Amino acid sequence: MTAEVFAIEDALAQYDPVLGLEVHVELNTKSKMFCGCPTEFGAPPNTQTCPVCLGLPGALPVVNARAVESAIKIGLALNCEIAEWCRFARKNYFYPDMPKNFQTSQYDEPIAFNGWTEVVVDGETYRIEIERAHMEEDTGKSTHVGGATGRIHGASHSLVDYNRAGIPLIEIVTKTIEVAPDKAAAVARAYVSMLRDLLLALDVSDVRMDQGSLRCDANVSLKPRGSKVLGTRTETKNVNSFRSVERAVTYEITRQAAVLASGGKVLQETRHWHEDTGVTTSGREKSDADDYRYFPEPDLVPVAPSREWVEELRATLPEAPSTRRVRLQEEWGFTDLEMRDVINGNALEPIVKTVELGVSPAAAKKWWLGELARAANESGKDLADLGVGPVDVSNVQQRVDKGELNDKLARQVFDGLLKGEGSIDEIIESRGLALVSDDSALIEAIDRAIAANPDVVEKVNSGKPAAAGALIGAVMKDLRGQGDAAKVRELLNAKLGI
Amino acid sequence: MPSITREEVAHLARLARIELSDEELDHLAPQLDQIIALVGQVSEVAADDIPPTSHALPITNVMREDVNVPCLTPEQALSGAPAAEEQRFRVPRILDEEA
Repeated sequence: MTAEVFAIEDALAQYDPVLGLEVHVELNTKSKMFCGCPTEFGAPPNTQTCPVCLGLPGALPVVNARAVESAIKIGLALNCEIAEWCRFARKNYFYPDMPKNFQTSQYDEPIAFNGWTEVVVDGETYRIEIERAHMEEDTGKSTHVGGATGRIHGASHSLVDYNRAGIPLIEIVTKTIEVAPDKAAAVARAYVSMLRDLLLALDVSDVRMDQGSLRCDANVSLKPRGSKVLGTRTETKNVNSFRSVERAVTYEITRQAAVLASGGKVLQETRHWHEDTGVTTSGREKSDADDYRYFPEPDLVPVAPSREWVEELRATLPEAPSTRRVRLQEEWGFTDLEMRDVINGNALEPIVKTVELGVSPAAAKKWWLGELARAANESGKDLADLGVGPVDVSNVQQRVDKGELNDKLARQVFDGLLKGEGSIDEIIESRGLALVSDDSALIEAIDRAIAANPDVVEKVNSGKPAAAGALIGAVMKDLRGQGDAAKVRELLNAKLGI
Repeated sequence: MPSITREEVAHLARLARIELSDEELDHLAPQLDQIIALVGQVSEVAADDIPPTSHALPITNVMREDVNVPCLTPEQALSGAPAAEEQRFRVPRILDEEA
């Protein structure tokens, strides 16, 4: 670990980053890609296997129709062409995560290719070209035993669970992405985040990054400013949150810049991202072991989706994200700046869901971009993984609308929810957050305020009704901020005859 | 000029994790070359109007519905494994050969 890391500003001043992103999506089919085994996450080891996904001699795979359908939908949503005829191929390698010694994948005949999509960063739209989206199967899960940290290095042996082997996987590969250097990492993050939203809307995957159903590998290379020659790229794996996509890309840019600036060479290699330390470390160097000897899978017949089927599926696609953004902005009455904050804060989907539950767009935005975004930022989590969801926001806002809470108390409720202090009612109870809207309690506090501030009452009576604000302040202070401000004003005005 | 060189055969052997001695390479490389030449005769009779194929049957779209069928029990699944531990397949150290 002697390589120094450039400050990102210095790196970006001398080099242009070139990115390529490979995203693997586990489909949410009931059964595996080539057999009828279930695909439940977290089942006891080796309880979801059969002769096909264990690669036992003589077992024959058959393609899952729904997986093909999902692949076509993903391709269409990414504006791809859909192959009229394509085949599966065997990707041969020796690694025990696939019991067959090959992974059934697609090679030079992907089901979807030549697409594009768009992401928005800081109010600017970036077009990302899609090279291909192809069908393959996931691998088994290895546990390394005997090493110090559960890593493969130093392990005495490994244990393999094949429950995941054969789960349908779509690999989506971008063409090279070249955008303004200071935007590259943010564009990468926005792309993966957009993909998640898109896949959710298509209902083809659970897209849980924490469970590995959406995984991102980031290819990064640098070229000297002004050069047309691509540099040597590295492929960083294990990037499993939106935030780490951005951090890992930034890290690789600065690391490679330092290597190049000191006259060194970037090695073409696989690197591993470490969430805790925020660095990538060298995995294996790409070598001839990566000669996968692809050949057409003889046990499967070609997939030839009819144009009628493709058009049927196209008709089921949800609204394109860019069209949807424009529509939502109009419906919600947000300014361009507000909408930009919402998108940059990854708050679009939470706000959509919150508004669907009957909350006003302004209130939904206030909570998601205020309290919750701040909490996400502080804890380094994605907004979607906070543990506080649209239903909570709606329940809190309903209490605000009913006058049981004001915004100040509601913030405390969110704080309690984020800290896992129980349900909303329990937090209101234990923190004593109920808003005082009981007339008699309020009138008592008003009487106290009037008695304590005769000079203010004098001012009001002498024709300066605006002075009453000081009395409202006094009442709210008396009630430790838990008074219903609107009600206090109403009662006070009645009392003062204004 | 052979259609497959001795170096290529050695490379393939390594990819397939087959250990070959120099003598075996000397013996097998020319044989493989002959086999390739033999199979290559197919392309001599294949005219331009005959597309390459990878499957004996001219059929497409053989698919199944997305439904579950019963799995093996873990005991059945592991019954053929040389070693098992914690209901998982136990395999030798993976990075051994790279050390």
